[in-house]
Amino acid sequence: MILESIFAGFGGQGVMLMGQLLAYSGMHEGKNVTYFPSYGPEMRGGTANCSVIVSDDPVGSPVISELGILVAMNRPSMEKFEAMLKPGGMLFYNSSLIDVKPKRTDIKAFAIPANDIAIELGNIRVANMVIMGAILKAAGVVKIDTVMKVLTETVLTGKKKDLVGINRTALEKGMELGA
Amino acid sequence: MAERVMMKGNEAIAEGAIRAGCRFFAGYPITPQNEVPEYMSRRMPEVGGTFIQAESEVSAINMVYGAAGAGARAMTSSSSPGVSLKMEGISYAAGSELPCVIVNVSRGGPGLGGLTPSQADYFQATKGGGHGDYRLVVFAPASVQEIIDLMYQAFVTADKYRTPAMILADGLLGQMMEPVTLPEDKDLQIPAKPWATTGMINGKPQSIINSLGLVGEELEKINVRLQKKYQEIAANEVRFAEEDVKDADLVIVAYGTSARVAKSAIDKARAEGKKVGLFRPITLWPFPSKPLSELAKSGKRFLTVEMSVGQMVEDVKLAVNGQAQVDSFGKLNGTIPSVNEVYDAIIKSFNSQGVA
Amino acid sequence: MEKVFGKPEALQERVFHYCPGCTHGIIHRLVAEVIDELKVREKTIGIAPVGCAVTAYNYFNCDVQQAAHGRAPAVATGIKRVLPDRVVFSYQGDGDLASIGMAEIVHAANRGEKITVIFVNNAIYGMTGGQMAPTTLPGQKTTTSPFGRDVETMGYPIKMTELLNTLEAPAFLARVSVHDPKNVNKTKEAIKKAFEYQIQGKGFSMVEVLSTCPTNWGLAPLEALKWLEANMIPQFPLGVVRDREGVAQ
Repeated sequence: MILESIFAGFGGQGVMLMGQLLAYSGMHEGKNVTYFPSYGPEMRGGTANCSVIVSDDPVGSPVISELGILVAMNRPSMEKFEAMLKPGGMLFYNSSLIDVKPKRTDIKAFAIPANDIAIELGNIRVANMVIMGAILKAAGVVKIDTVMKVLTETVLTGKKKDLVGINRTALEKGMELGA
Repeated sequence: MAERVMMKGNEAIAEGAIRAGCRFFAGYPITPQNEVPEYMSRRMPEVGGTFIQAESEVSAINMVYGAAGAGARAMTSSSSPGVSLKMEGISYAAGSELPCVIVNVSRGGPGLGGLTPSQADYFQATKGGGHGDYRLVVFAPASVQEIIDLMYQAFVTADKYRTPAMILADGLLGQMMEPVTLPEDKDLQIPAKPWATTGMINGKPQSIINSLGLVGEELEKINVRLQKKYQEIAANEVRFAEEDVKDADLVIVAYGTSARVAKSAIDKARAEGKKVGLFRPITLWPFPSKPLSELAKSGKRFLTVEMSVGQMVEDVKLAVNGQAQVDSFGKLNGTIPSVNEVYDAIIKSFNSQGVA
Repeated sequence: MEKVFGKPEALQERVFHYCPGCTHGIIHRLVAEVIDELKVREKTIGIAPVGCAVTAYNYFNCDVQQAAHGRAPAVATGIKRVLPDRVVFSYQGDGDLASIGMAEIVHAANRGEKITVIFVNNAIYGMTGGQMAPTTLPGQKTTTSPFGRDVETMGYPIKMTELLNTLEAPAFLARVSVHDPKNVNKTKEAIKKAFEYQIQGKGFSMVEVLSTCPTNWGLAPLEALKWLEANMIPQFPLGVVRDREGVAQ
């Protein structure tokens, strides 16, 4: 098994966190993983992306060559990376912010109104977790329990402890949409 | 057993150095290595070491010169344009025989170039860069785990031979995260440094750290001694890794990030029955010339893969010395070669008629 | 018979290579005497510059690191941070310190590195053969200002002591001269205080010593001393500009 993914969006939408969650979870499940963020002026411009590979075998190139999962949190991200998806690849896009449909017909596209759901849940910042939930369901690459473990042990520590509940709810909400 | 943790390459550079006994760091901000000084600024105080954000790259390497001369395991890190600035100090450290470690998380050039990963500093790292007949021991990691392992090796080798060592990484290795197993705290057994300028305490004779030989014969003597040391390093410290080389018709020679991409491309070619292998130099100096020469003798052909116009290919050609065909694939700075690009280069080279 | 004059222990039994009338020898000796008097020779580490004093390690009887041109304050920083209980001093000329090493000296001073800098200012490059220095006087002829330093295009002599005095961190900054015995004594006092402040952990100290270069000035030794007094002192006023007496660490 090898899964190559890109998470892309505005700065502040938590795309780096999503990528790291997947990478950490893969590691905890004994898989080989690489995580590579965009850096430098790319980040200053307000858009960010990261590449994550999860594999049973050691990862050769950490650069994406067969894109299996694309997360687009905003429209520029979808426009930039959609063409890279391999046939049959999965696109998860934030339909709360992206008002166009994907061009490709040879991929599986999931329109997730992540912002709307997150606002309903009471915190816009969990929009990324809604999409994360959808990925967990649709791609099944790592388990939700592993993701929650990583979230609670490395991300939502200290003052952020109170946010564990809403993050789990967001993940579960997303899983319903990834079916 | 030691725990597996996720680490960014740049953080691994810093943590690997600390665990190798590095207690002095001086550096200057430059992308894509900023996590190294940032990490050091937090971590050094915990181990009783010194972190200094220097006023310049030039000062940083000279602070390392002073600290190394005073007996500490010392290092600096930077990226290509910054390493160019350090070249004066590196030459002095080589001439004064000071063990220290310089890290280059390289990016594209020439000039200000760009921030994207690059391997265009191969010549600078392995063939001087600074003035004079000197060598750096140059290690080229290809994974975050190997960064940790080679940081240790760099300090050990530097101390063993009283010479500066360099870690030549690139922006991708610096920025990427991978799981690593950190070494347990161990007795580092850092060798005694009676030559260090620690003061003439308890009758210690005067220590002079110096690279000056004003009298011609004196300077010649210094250089003869240096060259003897370099020969010893070349005889003892060559490192490389091979994969699928034995039955290969075509051997890809690549280091660092390029070797990672090449590995994926090789797997693709192998899946189609093409006998392709990977030869990965881990020390770029001393260069693994002998094993490459032997592979050439046994009838194999070569393709170098680099994130530059092709620099290491010159060393491969020197090693092969006309015994076999050597092709070169060079990706010019700006983007990292894709697996498919390297795969295409492999197929092209594989199908071409060998001249050997 | 009582011995009234001898070589300080902090100087080696060696004859200086400096030109006749050059005051490097006096300044070396003053530094050595201070090191002896403070009984710190065994824990002192010096940094030799690039310039006429490049081989200072042949004269000072203590551990010495030779630094690249201008980098002595950075090298001193590295040594002192690794060995904070040692006494670390750099010995630098005007080209080394005030030109190519400007960044290093300013930032070492600004960090308040607990080191002592002996800055020998003779308004010219000595070792390379009399070129214009950053401290060369207006109108002064050198091999690279053959018509005299033209302030319109070559600027004015840099006053390092005053420049560093704009910084908060330094503990002791003084300019002295060695053109006559009275001033030689004052120079020694200043050097001693600079070392003492380092030992007491007060911070960065620098003593700028006005010095001669008879060879490159084209003057006889005595004339050179007079030239220094008549021309350099008006340009580089003597005195202690910073003395952070009460502020110990």
